[in-house]
Amino acid sequence: MAPPIAWCPRPPPRLPQRAGQPSWSGAGPWAPREAAAAGRTPRRGRAAERGAGRRGGARRTMAGATAAAAPGRARRGAPMYSKELTSKKRDEFEDILEERRLSSDLRYAMKCYTPVIYKGLSPCKPNAIKTAVLQSEQVQYVIKQLAKEMGESPDIIQEEAMEILDEMGHNMQLGAVRFFAFTLSKIFKQLFQRVCVNEEGMQRLQHAIQEHPVVLLPSHRSYVDFLMLSYLLYTYDLALPVIAAGIDFLGMRIVGELLRRAGAFFMRRSFGGNRLYWAVFAEYVKMMLRNGYAPVEFFLEGTRSRTAKTLTPKFGLLSIVMEPFFKREVFDTYLVPISISYERILEESLYAYELLGVPKPKESTSGLLKARRILSDNFGTIHIYVGQPVSLRTLASGRINRCPYNLVPRHLPQKPSEDIQEFVSDVAYKMELLQIENMVLSPWVLVAAVLLQNLPAMDFELLIEKTLWLKGLTQTFGGFIEWPDNLCAKKAVMSGLSLHSNIARLVDGHVVLNDKGVEDGAVGEIVFKHALAILMCATYRNQLLNVFVRPSLVAIALQMTRSLRKEEVYSSFSFLRDVFSDEFIFFPGISLKDFEEGCFLLTKCDAIQTNQQEIYPTNKGNVIVSFLSAMFRPFVEGYQLIFRYLSKEAKEAFTEKQFIPGVRNFVFQLLEKGNTQCYEALSSDMQKNALAALVQLGGAKKKKMSNGFTYSVNQEAVNKILDMFDARIPVQKPVAARL
Amino acid sequence: MAAAAEEAAGSGGGGSPSSARRRLRIISGHLRGSPRAPEREALSLSPCKAQGGSAGPASGSIPKKRQELLKWNGWGYNDSKFIFNKKGQAEFTGKRYRLGGMVLPTFKEWIEKTFGASLDHKTTSRATLNVNDVPPSIVNEEFLQDLRATKISYSQDAEDRVFRAHGHCLHEIFILREGMFKRVPDIVVWPVCHEDVVKIVELACKHNLCVIPFGGGTSVSSALECPEEEKRTILSLDTSQMNRILWIDEKNLTACVEAGIVGQDLEKQLSESGFCTGHEPDSMEFSSLGGWVATRASGMKKNIYGNIEDMVIHIKMVTPRGIVEKNCQVPRMSTGPDIHHFIMGSEGTLGVVTEVTIKIRPVPEYQKYGSVVFPNFERGVACLREVAKQRCAPASIRLVDNAQFQFGHALKPQVASIFTSFLDGLKKFYITKFKGFDPNILCVATLLFEGDREKVLQHEKQVYDIATKFGGLAAGEDNGQRGYMLTFVIAYLRDLGLDYYIIGESFETSVPWDRVLDLCRNVKERIVRECKEKGVQFAPLSTCRVTQTYDAGACVYFYFAFNYRGISDPIHVYEQIERAAREEILANGGSLSHHHGVGKLRKRWMKESISDVGLGMLRSVKEYVDPNNIFGNKNLL
Repeated sequence: MAPPIAWCPRPPPRLPQRAGQPSWSGAGPWAPREAAAAGRTPRRGRAAERGAGRRGGARRTMAGATAAAAPGRARRGAPMYSKELTSKKRDEFEDILEERRLSSDLRYAMKCYTPVIYKGLSPCKPNAIKTAVLQSEQVQYVIKQLAKEMGESPDIIQEEAMEILDEMGHNMQLGAVRFFAFTLSKIFKQLFQRVCVNEEGMQRLQHAIQEHPVVLLPSHRSYVDFLMLSYLLYTYDLALPVIAAGIDFLGMRIVGELLRRAGAFFMRRSFGGNRLYWAVFAEYVKMMLRNGYAPVEFFLEGTRSRTAKTLTPKFGLLSIVMEPFFKREVFDTYLVPISISYERILEESLYAYELLGVPKPKESTSGLLKARRILSDNFGTIHIYVGQPVSLRTLASGRINRCPYNLVPRHLPQKPSEDIQEFVSDVAYKMELLQIENMVLSPWVLVAAVLLQNLPAMDFELLIEKTLWLKGLTQTFGGFIEWPDNLCAKKAVMSGLSLHSNIARLVDGHVVLNDKGVEDGAVGEIVFKHALAILMCATYRNQLLNVFVRPSLVAIALQMTRSLRKEEVYSSFSFLRDVFSDEFIFFPGISLKDFEEGCFLLTKCDAIQTNQQEIYPTNKGNVIVSFLSAMFRPFVEGYQLIFRYLSKEAKEAFTEKQFIPGVRNFVFQLLEKGNTQCYEALSSDMQKNALAALVQLGGAKKKKMSNGFTYSVNQEAVNKILDMFDARIPVQKPVAARL
Repeated sequence: MAAAAEEAAGSGGGGSPSSARRRLRIISGHLRGSPRAPEREALSLSPCKAQGGSAGPASGSIPKKRQELLKWNGWGYNDSKFIFNKKGQAEFTGKRYRLGGMVLPTFKEWIEKTFGASLDHKTTSRATLNVNDVPPSIVNEEFLQDLRATKISYSQDAEDRVFRAHGHCLHEIFILREGMFKRVPDIVVWPVCHEDVVKIVELACKHNLCVIPFGGGTSVSSALECPEEEKRTILSLDTSQMNRILWIDEKNLTACVEAGIVGQDLEKQLSESGFCTGHEPDSMEFSSLGGWVATRASGMKKNIYGNIEDMVIHIKMVTPRGIVEKNCQVPRMSTGPDIHHFIMGSEGTLGVVTEVTIKIRPVPEYQKYGSVVFPNFERGVACLREVAKQRCAPASIRLVDNAQFQFGHALKPQVASIFTSFLDGLKKFYITKFKGFDPNILCVATLLFEGDREKVLQHEKQVYDIATKFGGLAAGEDNGQRGYMLTFVIAYLRDLGLDYYIIGESFETSVPWDRVLDLCRNVKERIVRECKEKGVQFAPLSTCRVTQTYDAGACVYFYFAFNYRGISDPIHVYEQIERAAREEILANGGSLSHHHGVGKLRKRWMKESISDVGLGMLRSVKEYVDPNNIFGNKNLL
């Protein structure tokens, strides 16, 4: 009907609006603001462009090839998570430390900092936010309710709320930010060789921050995560985030206060029953988000992953930040998955001790000062990949029943409907899977994976060969490996070994684990030292696991069933997936799709062939299948050990506190006697996950008591599960008809 | 003024000179805005014409041949429209409105800036209806014989049929300009009284016809569109000739009126006796009393007079089952669910409303416009909320957002004297420079006070005092009046836009107070976003006003328009965006409709709106009243 347009160029899709473009930015009352904002690129970005030529080969391309999965349908509504499996192009990295090494840190810390901000934002002081939270209908409502119930005066409860706010609230100050900018520059340069960031991600983020409220969701592997993002955003002249931190940080004198001034706010670890705390906390977070006061940053995993495996998500904070959108108090909210990976994790040995039951030292300033000796150590490179901002509105479209939110005043606390809870959980898993997709894997990760299958010692040349082989496989599975094009395998392995000399070393052309002091000492001590080394090494292999888990579980299922029939393999796969649902990250409810993805990836690397009914391993495939199952053997064996302990030893109801030392002793004795080689079963992380899995599989019951949870085991059920592991009885599961 | 009225009378055909003089009185009240003292006349209550039965149609503003007076492919009177004159300046033609003959110097710039439109790019509607395209009239001869026997006027003329096949939705106007409806009525009948309607409905039942009642034809919900799949003969029952006031009861302040009367005639005729109903929807020049009842209409001055459901005392409706009415004319009764509420909002699915007894009030002594500028929309909404809380809302209070304020501003006629323009400049300086209001953020509330002079002034002070508390500044009568003018000429503006690749529409909702701001912001943003996604090349006009206040919430009215150059199927794109906007409204806790009704346009959301059981209740009423679906316009359910 309308003639084609010749006089007005169509704006290129999804590109930032540049000033001067005639159409959208050229007209209308919105134009000036939009155009002004679009004209800006991150300041660091421009500097980096200048530097790019100089550095030449420093730029790396890391296109991890990923494959296309057979289409499967999610159980719930629209398939919300589907891995992009057609060779995904990833952004390039820039080293932000490079510029720090070339120019004054002081000048950098004192630079003119004028971040871009959310459009409707009127700046306000941290204290004004607290007052607004206290005065908000939400908090006032709960205060009045509690006052009525407890027969107290509202003033007293209001006072209490104020105390909570004071304990919780951040107090972001530019001075502290500059202080951190200066000291962190010094420390980071000391600790790390490079801090690499995908600059396109930063640009996307900059855009997102202006458009809608933003939630930053980084992975959590180290305390370094805390300030790293703020440091980064400061570098790129973006609005600094407010960060949800555990209250334990407040135990650290000065540091806690400093963190507070750098934008951290503090939440108690558990406040389920405390309605006032919940109301104040939720409103505080929402207030900052709604007004676009600052991006809100928190860790979906809830705590640092001690194993470098992604932890299953926590939903509380996520559902809080999603609520303003559900209630349409904001038009949209962006969720930004961020993957931070460390070539060498600062806390690696601490973690290993902790997993073995040597308690985590309480956060204290003196502890931090004592830790300063690590400054002389080298921790390699950090990679930060800022993912594509995900629009919550897009995720929610067609999924949320609006009725519950329309029929109750919005300031009343409302328990989220089942729909909503399911949606929040789906989003949480989706975000973690996105983190995993973009997590950079260093060559050392591959080395560790190979080495753990070839203990106690491995020929160096063979290690190089296998590492190179594993690199190919990892890339086929969609892993994001940082392996410079021109870097030969030997150099890569060598540099990994030298960086991780505390874990492994080269002795007479063989690589061995570095478990010093093993020769002398009691048997128990030897086992402990050895376990320590293995757990530390496993921390690096673990970074591969979520990339490998689907094809590997198919491989294990193939071996377990000793049958080629697809549906039987699927039953076993599905059983394993359920068993390991707390150990690895699976999007809820898409077992079949995961199976298909696993099969597809195995087919892609020629490990198996499939037809309508059957799956055959190929000749060449045996190597891959056995490698994959060996990779996950510690988990399969570890779970079996733990289940055996539970079926035999755990008679009465027990708490988690009783369970962990019990199972640890049990495994320890087996190791001492040489009845098992599964050192990883000593990891308290695995023990907890196995217990949780058992509860989900119906092998144990979890009861809430006044002093926490207690567990009681159904031995028959546990034995049945153990039998399924050994394939003594077939896994009986309803088979999906669509298979 | 007299001249204007004379001319209106001339083209209207058949109005007596004395009534012609007052013909546009009420509308011109808004458009001209001279506060007038009551022109009370000796009440000459005419002998009850009801006794005359169907002797002859009374004179009304709308003739049987609508096209003689009204545009066939656009809104309003043939002689009234926006044009760009030889100098390229916008101008409004005709003498019916205050704006008539005036030049609007800044309008062209506004339209170019807002839509990226250019006067060089023009689309033109076809000049006349192509009669050959019109689907043929299929009416069975037996029915025609029966109909002729009743002596009720009818027509099978193609134009007559097409002009009753549509309301004023964008797509309907677009079809008139460029295409043809797939289905139009086969025959149009003009009953002149209740008895005629009874006869027609009886015949329709006997011959199994589909009857679609037609009042003023101003529907914006696709309610008048004929269902494409309707195989039966479609009879359009045009009520426009049932337009008499049957009686006025001054003791009880009620009047019994035939349902086909249009708003302006009703007010004009009542005013001859010194009364008014006070019901003034923006379409009141053309919409009919029966239509108001059938759609649950709302008037601008509802704060004094109430909405249609508050005004109606008694309704007579002809249905296939017979006549439904109450046995008395009382202010309230407790006799089970109010049957009026099955009728109001039934949208022509149950029968034809023939006579309505409606409350009347003495014509107010004094009218005064006003306006208040607020630094931003948030403050404005807070002020309206406070006014509603204190229950001191004037006859009308509306809050337009910045975009609509600028829109209204663009319609400012050329000022006559240097002095006025100097004053304007001074005002602007005071507000923007001295008071620091950002001209791109500020917004305006327009006010209309009505009553006796003293009370109006007192009321005015009270409202302005509240406004001051919210940072509002009084901004004069002129601005207020212009705001109301906008709502009367907006439909004319759409026709102008259509000539320049700009399509637009309005829609409304009602929403609780605490969600007003979020809803306004989100819906506007959703529209902008959807436009972007659908490939619209310029940011659209997406603007709203809070147009009614209630104790528990407000009615919000949106205007939305965009330049469709470069889009191959603009109507489809437009409809997608409109649907997205409605989804957004619902997600923000707004209603499906405040007063436009559901029609066929919004049917898809009915279940969600009133629940399964609710829908079942309505269905079972339909089932009982009209088992053979004689009133088969397929609205609502």
